[in-house]
Amino acid sequence: MRADGEAILEVRELVKHYPLHRGILFRKQVGAVHAVDDLSFDLRRGETLGIVGESGCGKSTVAKLLVHLERPTAGRILYKGEDVTRLSGRALKAVRRNIQMVFQDPYTSLNPRMTVGDIVGEPFEIHPEAAPKGSRRARVRELLEVVGLNPEHINRYPHQFSGGQRQRIGIARGLALRPEVIVADEPVSALDVSVQAQVVNLLARLQEEFELSYVFIAHDLSVVRHISDRVAVMYLGRFAEVGTDAEIYEHPTHPYTQALLSAVPVPDPLARARRDRILLSGDIPSPADPPSGCRFRTRCWKAREKCAEVVPGLEVPEWFRGGGPVAHVSACHFAEERRVVPG
Amino acid sequence: MTNTLLDVRDLRVEFRTRDGVAKAVNGVSYSVDAGETLAVLGESGSGKSVTAQAVMGILDSPPGRVTGGEVLFRGRDLLTMGAEDRRRIRGAKLAMIFQDALSALNPVMTVGAQLGEMYEVHEGMTRKDARARAVGLMDRVRIPAAAQRAGDYPHQFSGGMRQRIMIAMALALEPDLIIADEPTTALDVTVQAQVMDLLAELRNEYDMGLILITHDLGVVADVADRIAVMYAGRIVETAPVRELYAAPAHPYTKGLLESIPRLDRKGRELYAIKGMPPSLTAVPPGCPFNPRCPLARDVCRTDRPPLYDVAPGRGSACHFWKETLGEG
Repeated sequence: MRADGEAILEVRELVKHYPLHRGILFRKQVGAVHAVDDLSFDLRRGETLGIVGESGCGKSTVAKLLVHLERPTAGRILYKGEDVTRLSGRALKAVRRNIQMVFQDPYTSLNPRMTVGDIVGEPFEIHPEAAPKGSRRARVRELLEVVGLNPEHINRYPHQFSGGQRQRIGIARGLALRPEVIVADEPVSALDVSVQAQVVNLLARLQEEFELSYVFIAHDLSVVRHISDRVAVMYLGRFAEVGTDAEIYEHPTHPYTQALLSAVPVPDPLARARRDRILLSGDIPSPADPPSGCRFRTRCWKAREKCAEVVPGLEVPEWFRGGGPVAHVSACHFAEERRVVPG
Repeated sequence: MTNTLLDVRDLRVEFRTRDGVAKAVNGVSYSVDAGETLAVLGESGSGKSVTAQAVMGILDSPPGRVTGGEVLFRGRDLLTMGAEDRRRIRGAKLAMIFQDALSALNPVMTVGAQLGEMYEVHEGMTRKDARARAVGLMDRVRIPAAAQRAGDYPHQFSGGMRQRIMIAMALALEPDLIIADEPTTALDVTVQAQVMDLLAELRNEYDMGLILITHDLGVVADVADRIAVMYAGRIVETAPVRELYAAPAHPYTKGLLESIPRLDRKGRELYAIKGMPPSLTAVPPGCPFNPRCPLARDVCRTDRPPLYDVAPGRGSACHFWKETLGEG
């Protein structure tokens, strides 16, 4: 895992709003769900960018936008300098080959009527230039072997596999076209703990082997720390804080990151006594009607008038520009360091 | 006589399936005292929820069937009791909180009416009095503006608030024991912390027993007093919470603890338990964990390990528990 390469994906001012309609005969738009608002980030070659957030924060929408399952309302996604959002037809197809997705639920993302061989080989039907027809079967066997499945099981159906094995099938399908970027949306959250570790290790091994760049989306902060080089914390469609794993976990400066980290149960009864707990009140506001200014202000213990009036930019706070681990971007007017993870 | 509330002895539950008889619970014993929290930890298919369903008497049967054992609640066996007696205990003395609050609540009744129904049925209150008690209860589990929200339907609440309503419903008749089946699994971490804190606080206030069924080792560490780890329908290790985390005495527990990524640590590769849990219709002979166990020897493939006494209040179903402890 290295993070020094050039940017392979550049996301600029990305916006996705889902319109809300009312009326049947006279349908009119009455508002919009602000799923993603003004996101900008880079994915560097060979790195893993983790995106964490609670349900409804827009992290899955980001995944869909990156692989072009959804079209953005505004903004640009540059793949090797080329704006993907403006492409269509053959040019878009060519780019899509290089950005593949692994889905969360291995039970619903595999067609139950197709054999494993057909599922893993289906990308070749869409992109025939990736493998000549005669060699496809052999390629599929190879892929099954790479993800740790028995190539002899090529003719079996998804229901004959366990959850962990199904997720491996999904990963094999994602790898089929030799992509450069893999967007994984909660790839291990449906799995049992003992199996989760196997899949996390597999993803790490494949990254080395195929020089992949990952966007790893999850709600589990521990898994994200384990696999990511950089981490972005997302809240209500915006990034709250972005930094290296040590910057985010050991030197968080955004109050939301601090609250999120302090809420994670640590499997060690002795550590819990030493922990600094921040209990947030209330729930996440509706993304159809996000708060003005800073979106976290309705649950923030530090909120003042300015927070309702001015949207905090995602930048290194002035008072932290001296350097060190606190000098990372944080969208808070009153950012200050607070260490909440023991150790 | 101690203050043991629930004493489950050698409970056995089977399911008839197309692939044969699945022994979902295979001789499980545990007990809970007043004011105590027992965590039952296991992965999917370990039998942790089925055990709870058998205790509550809400097992899907058929295909499920209790084939043996006793469930003693304050010394009386719930399994041999008449349906009417059992119904009176359930709800009033013994209550359950489910994982998915949205499907456990009635979608066409307001939450105030659902909570009030408990008092109407069990205590014969009038609708008006019951409604007032319901509002008090919602206040108790800290639902803001309880009086107004009592008229809302379940879908109008967020996930965390719905789980609070489930807790309120379980608390309504001030039971002696609450069984919570994955109460926070469907919730986000910040909300999860709120709900767990509430449960722990209420347990202390009412001096209730609490059985917490979960797959999450982190949640357990925060609230439980004792842990029973289940694997393939059996308890493989039981211990006070600190001792279990400090030095697990069963290779499965040890593997689980090592395989979870930690927030406060970053390692290169995670330890992974090889293979996967066995199918309950074909549990391997001997120790059910033997095909995945790094310590497995010949005896593990033939002889089923009993729950050895490791220390007072600690047990491990591993022939080589000493070795496991020594390494840990």
